[in-house]
Amino acid sequence: MLIKIAKPSDLHESDVTPESIYLSRRRFMGGMVGLGAGLALSGNVNANEDYSDVPEGNAPTWLKEKISETEWRAITPSDPEKDTLTPFDDASGYNNFFEFGSDKRDPARHAGSLQTEPWSVVVDGEVNNGGRFALEDFAKPSQFEERIYRLRCVEAWSMVIPWLGIPLADIIKRADPTSKAKYVRFETLVDPEQMRGQRSSFSIIDWPYVEGLRLDEAMHPLTILAMGMYGRELPNQNGAPLRLVVPWKYGFKSIKSIVRISLVEEQPLNSWQQIAANEYGFYANVNPEVDHPRWSQATERRLPNSLFRTNTIDTLMFNGYANEVADMYAGLDLRTNY
Amino acid sequence: MAAQRVWLLWRVGVFLAALTPLLFWSGQVAINAAGPEPGRYLLLNIGIGALWMLLLTLSLTPLTKLTRWKGFALIRRQLGLWTLAYATLHMLCYALFILGLNWALLGSEIIKRPYIIVGMIALIGLAVLGATSNRWAMKRLGKRWKPLHKFSYVILGLVLLHFFWVVRADMREWAIYAAIAALIMATRLPPVARTLPKLRHRLSRT
Repeated sequence: MLIKIAKPSDLHESDVTPESIYLSRRRFMGGMVGLGAGLALSGNVNANEDYSDVPEGNAPTWLKEKISETEWRAITPSDPEKDTLTPFDDASGYNNFFEFGSDKRDPARHAGSLQTEPWSVVVDGEVNNGGRFALEDFAKPSQFEERIYRLRCVEAWSMVIPWLGIPLADIIKRADPTSKAKYVRFETLVDPEQMRGQRSSFSIIDWPYVEGLRLDEAMHPLTILAMGMYGRELPNQNGAPLRLVVPWKYGFKSIKSIVRISLVEEQPLNSWQQIAANEYGFYANVNPEVDHPRWSQATERRLPNSLFRTNTIDTLMFNGYANEVADMYAGLDLRTNY
Repeated sequence: MAAQRVWLLWRVGVFLAALTPLLFWSGQVAINAAGPEPGRYLLLNIGIGALWMLLLTLSLTPLTKLTRWKGFALIRRQLGLWTLAYATLHMLCYALFILGLNWALLGSEIIKRPYIIVGMIALIGLAVLGATSNRWAMKRLGKRWKPLHKFSYVILGLVLLHFFWVVRADMREWAIYAAIAALIMATRLPPVARTLPKLRHRLSRT
């Protein structure tokens, strides 16, 4: 199957400058003076500079090296004015990571107990080239890219996060799937000693947390395995050391702290579908027209917000990535395949 | 006279104690310590606060039976009204900070979402009880007042259902509140209610 993917840098008709603006040269010339001054101040676009207020992490040397060789700003929002980066403190302080508790602040409080080094990932199932890989060997052959993606939580809030990672397609190609491989199944670590949420006897989730993608979704160039964000390694509460990021799907699809990636023949039963199939499906594509039974998905609150400025914006089909991904779902009834 | 003053102090003390959480949460929002979604922070905390108030209110009668201390009965109406105040603020937080005062959305959400319908019914119930909590209404209602206010137990059930439907991943917190609620309701069952004074005698003897 050939998928034509419009790069964010591709020009659309809407990008053509309206004549009135083109003709307003005088204002433009005046603006140049200011722009020049701005450029002089900001210097080269070096991502590390942008993250000067982000606390430095404690990454192992190999990861620091990989991050330093990142292709910065490989994908950026088409409307950077609207999709400004969420502050690091909010992105790392307000999380759903039920392995560490169910309050939004629990992961930041309790994920420190997670041991992320050394870490290994099992690749198995319908592959010719499986095995257990040290995270370092797993990541090393690929070029790190910075991807600035919108993150839309199924709970109707959203953020904009600069991830650092590698295309999942790299990993799958290297694993060399057999012809039977139709889906990819992911598993989070199970370790109640380190993950206090897994010790709760009242948890609804049957550990491990499981997620899945169709093979074409997994191979899609927008799908990445992230190992860092904001120019550094992932904080534990954001799914260190290895997490999935699928920007056109609700956040719960982007499984955290992955220990196992399996190529499988049958559609995996993902955790939320297992818990409440009437509320969460396998696809979980962001869709403003299909409500969650308990709340509307038509809008989202872009965080951080404040009491009287809720920052409510319209939710976009496929979270704004329709141009890139809608083709994969042609002919699929998105109302029943939510 | 001195006793009167002690009771007044007790009631003022309870009033201030019930007000304190609201001041604390507002303060957290004011100093930007309530996270990236302060409206939701207030919504959830005040919601749990309303449940606390309801549980405290309903525990006063069994506590009076158990201890015969006059102080519990003295704050029953006040805590009942605090429950109504917390619940009203909880609903206002939802309308203001989550829906952004989009009345059309509020209308459609109330109709479509069972947990919001249940919450609204509970709030209306609390408002009816609040409106009939004064002396005048008590006199007007006469014998009917008591059965009417026993509806507070039905409201407690509705509130727990409302809460149950909001939980996503872990039932622990809900289970704790539900267990406390079950305990309080159990004390109103006639066989249990009869043993409470006896239990007091036994406790006072040891």
